[in-house]
Amino acid sequence: MHNVKKYFPIKGGLLKRVQGHVKAVESVSFELMEGESLGVVGESGCGKSTLGRTILGLEEITDGQVYYRDQEIQNLKRHEKKKFVKEMQMIFQDPYASLNPRQRVGDALVEVFSMHTNLSAKEKRDAVVDLLKEVGLKEEHFDRYPHEFSGGQRQRIGIARAIALNPSFIICDEAVSALDVSVQAQVLKLLKTIQEKYNLSYLFISHDLGVVRYFCDRVLVMYLGNSVELAKVEELFETPLHPYTQALLSAIPRPSVHANVKRVRLQGDLPNPANPPSGCPFHTRCPIAQDVCVQSKPEWQEYQPEHFAACHFAGKSILEGADV
Amino acid sequence: MKETLLEVNNLVTEFRTKEGPVQAVRDVTFSVRKGETLCIVGESGCGKSITSLSVIGLLPENGRIANGEVRYKGEAIHNLSAEKKRLMRGSEISMIFQEPMTALNPVLTVGYQLREPLMIHHGMSKQQATTRGIELLNQVGIPYPEKRMNQYPHELSGGMRQRVMIAIALAGDPGLLIADEPTTALDVTIQAQILDLINELKDRLDMGVMFITHDMGVVAEVADRVMVMYAGQKIEEGPVEEIFDRPKHPYTRGLLGSVPNVDDPTFELHPIPGTLPSLTEQIQGCRFHPRCLFAMDRCRQQVPPEDDLGNGHYVSCWLTREEAVSDGVGTNDEGTATRSEDAPLKVAQR
Repeated sequence: MHNVKKYFPIKGGLLKRVQGHVKAVESVSFELMEGESLGVVGESGCGKSTLGRTILGLEEITDGQVYYRDQEIQNLKRHEKKKFVKEMQMIFQDPYASLNPRQRVGDALVEVFSMHTNLSAKEKRDAVVDLLKEVGLKEEHFDRYPHEFSGGQRQRIGIARAIALNPSFIICDEAVSALDVSVQAQVLKLLKTIQEKYNLSYLFISHDLGVVRYFCDRVLVMYLGNSVELAKVEELFETPLHPYTQALLSAIPRPSVHANVKRVRLQGDLPNPANPPSGCPFHTRCPIAQDVCVQSKPEWQEYQPEHFAACHFAGKSILEGADV
Repeated sequence: MKETLLEVNNLVTEFRTKEGPVQAVRDVTFSVRKGETLCIVGESGCGKSITSLSVIGLLPENGRIANGEVRYKGEAIHNLSAEKKRLMRGSEISMIFQEPMTALNPVLTVGYQLREPLMIHHGMSKQQATTRGIELLNQVGIPYPEKRMNQYPHELSGGMRQRVMIAIALAGDPGLLIADEPTTALDVTIQAQILDLINELKDRLDMGVMFITHDMGVVAEVADRVMVMYAGQKIEEGPVEEIFDRPKHPYTRGLLGSVPNVDDPTFELHPIPGTLPSLTEQIQGCRFHPRCLFAMDRCRQQVPPEDDLGNGHYVSCWLTREEAVSDGVGTNDEGTATRSEDAPLKVAQR
């Protein structure tokens, strides 16, 4: 992924002229390896979901390139796209919204094979039953409707549909966020198991840093459409360079009464992405911001091997100069 | 020890449905003291929200308190008339909800919604209410409160809306604040701000807080005492340190083992198998036994009674009884084992 940008036009006024742009994704670059899980974290409105959708071609890219195994894929024709659809799949947050309530789940899964393979009806049914078993469901679930399943089971159906065509890359957009914790843990385990089995790569979009630490190999942190930090998971959690990453980590409530973390509270809210602040997008909330942060936008730099950040004061602790 | 504010004894809340009565809350007993936060934890459908709605008297039409009592400052409030309940809400007990956008009226200004309880419960004039409203907004950390009074809810961010909700809830100087998942819809940095605010207000105003959440991280942050619910029942209760360091019930341990730890790179998940039972499901014995890794014959037949482990720690599980017997000592001395080592080890031995 190379300098990908996605702007949504804001239309308004009498003639619906374009009045400005919401810069949902602003110059984001990264690579994803085979068998790797890359986490994308950030608060709502930071552009993480839009990022996932642009990769799949569900949103058109404003600028930049997306390469898949060295081939540029963003401007493919419809029929050319089809073979990439088999390779890339997506699991959504709300599995109920992504299933047709009037279609049996078995039929919904059979449809996937009808679109992409030439199997006979019998073979398709067998393939679907295998899939259901693979994700921890049973053969008798074939003829049921989505409303007969619990949230966790529906998410399992979503996973079954995503792995049906043996993809190599799956985007999980908040795939476990809507689930209860005991069920969330089961689904995370399932995702890990199928990753090992099929050597899958995941782009794991989530706002839950605990889940990301457990699940991912590398993490990309986004703020207001910009990538602010990218590092291996241990490095990001142990030595975060960007002040936003540091603040995000210190804001997570720890499930322990002994967690002795020095707290830094960010003041204020996310700025409006249609009218982002000048310079560094984070300067309005950053406890260590200086004049330079207001004036110029920091470069995306590699500070440690494979540890990138965009900050004029990367590595400086926000505990200095903050009201702790 | 501070005085008891709220007492709930043997509460049973029932819903009329087409399939007959369904018990959403089954014989739950607890109390909240002044200046104390009680967290009610559990997954969806465990009855935690219905418990809070029973307390404040906002049950849906087909719901009713079938048994038990709710006492506020020693007086029974579960059988008050609708009018008296309405007067009590806002002035004695207030509630904030998960989604402030649906709880606030979108066509009325923040100022209007904030003045309303002040004028109703304190008989203030509009002028006085405006002044007090601005004070309240200040108190919950809203910048430019004068300007906000004339704004509509959609003009505010999610965090700001929740602050407005809290300001409205505080308008009647309530003794008890019920917060039902108040931060679930918010981003972590905003969630941290709101949790800090609730903690600070609790101390400053010496309120009792009943905090409902499913997030163990949030529990650790706000709770003084914790009550864990499963399928309509209280299964464990205790001071927050006890629950996190010496969880007794397999479900509590399971909950703690299901939350990935941000600070521990070697953390392994230990999910609870199966799914939550529906409220209509008939389960003999302990309601958790179909999902419990340690279930014994006894658990399938008899409902476990509540055991007092001392230190304000109560648990309803046959396992703790067994352990106490086989150890020949009090259950308190054992039980220092942490959940992540404990749970899988025992499975291996079976």
